[in-house]
Amino acid sequence: MTAPTTTQTAHTARMSAKDALAVVHAARGPRDIVITTMTPSRDWMLLPQHPLDLVLVPSAMGSAPSMGLGLALAQPNRRVIVCNGDGSMLMNLGSLVSIMNARATNLVIIVFVNGTYEVTGSQPVPGAGVVDYAALARAAGFESVHAYASDEAWRSDVRRVIDATGPTFVALAVEPIHGQPGPKSPGPARERARKFAEALRR
Amino acid sequence: MFCSRIPLTTDHCMFTGEKIAILLEQLGVTHVVTVPDSTIGRWQSAIEERGATRVVRVCREGEAWQVAAGLHLGGATPLVLIQCTGLLESGDAIRNALHDFGLPLFAIIGYRSYLNQDTLPGDTCLAFTEPTLDAWKIDYRLIADPSQFDEIGAHWTACRDAHVPGAILLAEGKA
Repeated sequence: MTAPTTTQTAHTARMSAKDALAVVHAARGPRDIVITTMTPSRDWMLLPQHPLDLVLVPSAMGSAPSMGLGLALAQPNRRVIVCNGDGSMLMNLGSLVSIMNARATNLVIIVFVNGTYEVTGSQPVPGAGVVDYAALARAAGFESVHAYASDEAWRSDVRRVIDATGPTFVALAVEPIHGQPGPKSPGPARERARKFAEALRR
Repeated sequence: MFCSRIPLTTDHCMFTGEKIAILLEQLGVTHVVTVPDSTIGRWQSAIEERGATRVVRVCREGEAWQVAAGLHLGGATPLVLIQCTGLLESGDAIRNALHDFGLPLFAIIGYRSYLNQDTLPGDTCLAFTEPTLDAWKIDYRLIADPSQFDEIGAHWTACRDAHVPGAILLAEGKA
């Protein structure tokens, strides 16, 4: 277990969301599953893709951590990394408790905290600038909990963080990007699901 | 539409947990993803005691479909076990998992008040549950009598072979 960090609680300093996501992209291993949704999925699709990427577009908003839990339980020998938004996390806070209860030690939940529903025009999420997501995760029972507001610190720690015995929760304070379109589906979801499942069987 | 029901004087649970647990084992169910009610919740301990099927407890029913979706994509064989009130809560998760991603998930859904409305006279679950299953294009079978037990496994197998979503709607007694 890694000691909880408290790098970021108030949202006074933020990093670039794309830089923060690039850190995840560089750190993921070849057998790791990466699930992205909402704004992280839009930016993830700008990076080189991997057969074990699951872009949840379209999604049921809030579903990514739960989908990740199912994959983590079905594939206990793989690491599952979920890149979620703060609005999406708020929509499914109970999933943190379900993840803890299921003891999904191979699951990493990364929340990109920008305080806005960016894809709908940057309206503020409830509790923007106030909610401490790392504290929520700790309260749900997570022991491996981390928070960052600078990409240098995140880049420096990412290997230790994702290699820790989970479930692991990471809150990344990121700058909202105003005026950008929401993510576009990268292709027919059924076909992508079939190919993803095939890649897992290899 | 409200249908006529067979009135029962006591709470009603048609099948024991052990009987269900054995069936799930025979069907190859690896995980039961569930939020309990007073009928299906009684099965949890028997399922866990047999040890062949893992019980995954979630906080709301929409989550159950999403977890089951991940399990299915990961090569497991999940079953969603919820009450009909939770089906009504689950809409967007069902839309995404079953219809966007085309995953053939299967559920056993407790049908609250179908056999007995003593606790909740005029329970509106009876008006909305079956139309909701139809709306989501989920092929379901209503199990309202213990003699129908074999239909559970038969419908599971038929849906699995056809790669389509399916459900068992299990009549329940008092809420």
